[in-house]
Amino acid sequence: MSALDAYIDVKNLSFFRGGRVIYENISLTIPKGKITAVMGPSGTGKTTLLRLIAAQLEPYSGSILINGENVHSLSRTDLYKVRKKMGMLFQSGALFSDMSVAENVAFPMEEHTLLSKSEIQRIVADKLHSVGLRGAANLMPSELSGGMARRVALARAIALDPELVMYDEPFTGQDPISKGVLVKLIRQLNDTANITSVLVSHDVEESLSIADHVCILAGGRVIAEGSAEEIRASEDPEVKQFLNGEPDGPVPFHYPEDALANEVVL
Amino acid sequence: MKTVTSLGAWFLSWLEAVGRAGIFLAQSVFRLPVRFNESVNLLIKQLYSVGVLSLVIVVVSGAFIGMVLALQGYSILAKFGSEEAVGQLLALALLRELAPVVTALLFAGRAGSSLTAEIGLMKATEQLSSFEMMGVDPLRRVIAPRFIAGVICLPLLSLIFSATGIIGGLVVSVGWLGVHDGAFWSLMQQSVYFDTDIINGFIKALCFSVAVTWIAVYQGYECVPTSEGIGKATTRTVVLGSLAILALDFVLTAAMFGDF
Repeated sequence: MSALDAYIDVKNLSFFRGGRVIYENISLTIPKGKITAVMGPSGTGKTTLLRLIAAQLEPYSGSILINGENVHSLSRTDLYKVRKKMGMLFQSGALFSDMSVAENVAFPMEEHTLLSKSEIQRIVADKLHSVGLRGAANLMPSELSGGMARRVALARAIALDPELVMYDEPFTGQDPISKGVLVKLIRQLNDTANITSVLVSHDVEESLSIADHVCILAGGRVIAEGSAEEIRASEDPEVKQFLNGEPDGPVPFHYPEDALANEVVL
Repeated sequence: MKTVTSLGAWFLSWLEAVGRAGIFLAQSVFRLPVRFNESVNLLIKQLYSVGVLSLVIVVVSGAFIGMVLALQGYSILAKFGSEEAVGQLLALALLRELAPVVTALLFAGRAGSSLTAEIGLMKATEQLSSFEMMGVDPLRRVIAPRFIAGVICLPLLSLIFSATGIIGGLVVSVGWLGVHDGAFWSLMQQSVYFDTDIINGFIKALCFSVAVTWIAVYQGYECVPTSEGIGKATTRTVVLGSLAILALDFVLTAAMFGDF
């Protein structure tokens, strides 16, 4: 892959939290116009990576370039400008609980554009239609099922026609039908609107089925990067353990511990 | 030696928290709103939930405190044969002291705790991050209207408290205990001054409102976003808020009414 088609470039990134190493000197590329899946066991800081990309967190060292611009050296105003080109789908949906579905989707447009009320209404109907929820426009977020809430959040995330959409664990806690719907939507949005998508997940099957590019993180390092086929064909024992869901292997079953003998009081 | 070090460390972390809270307040309030109409709408919504919905508790407690004050005052004043002065006692006690302090304490429990819990829950459900991700500053959008509404409401609620307290006292002393109503009102008029009593009480309420609302929104924004964290933050709002009110009250009373 040439350097030209990289949308996000993570270079030598290190990040610590509470004395624990989350990332140590990792580098990865997110290609433009493709779906990139970032996978790894729970607790490896996949969500942290998204927050670092959105510059909600500051790295300890290293840099993240979005379209060649270092997001962590931007002023607050410039950062907010860059964020308008990003959409993020949070794990919980994060819909504003005091607004209806339609108001939630309209919110970014009301905040950042000079569109008239009727134009916004038309776009809201359009975005909700694309996630199949135009009929739910007047419901409140508390009346939605988990899968519907995530689809509304997706409609809101794409309201401003972003260049980049980040999905934080979109499949977690969804029933098989919702998962299928989300997979289809993510693929469709990416291809029709020419969006760059980053997907953070530990659902191996769903992720590999839609990703064009895959990175696997474990223990603060990138253990594999490549196309879905390359990842499936990988002979690396750590990658194989993760993909096949084996309980013990290079990634230990036990949390770091003392030898049992030292803890037993005789 | 160790105690001295830990005391120093505690003081430094306290200073740091105060500094952070100050920057937090400055960033949320002392900036012009981007969209004026929308800010006004948000403010009105908060004025309703912080102010109007606190009316019932303020009116009811005001009436009861006025009634109790009239009963107690009457029984003592009657010993000196000056039970007419109960009106004067009521008005001065309420305007100078009881209305601002009790209203602020009630406000910390009723509105402060709900502000903290609401903001904390917005943090826990990633709504605050979501605002940030959309390029909307949550300090301006979420914190500022709540803080301003709190600061506006508390002094007004305190005035309402005084008024209902006086009416409650009037019902008990004139209607029930038989104090002469002309004497009740005229002694009150004679002894209450607009600038020393009403204005000073209002200033007190204003100071309390800044302190309580500031603590409430800051605790909500800085809480650990778990159920336990929100619970703790809500408790801290009520405890710190009440202590701040009582301590501030002493300082303000000393400055306003103390004879140095």
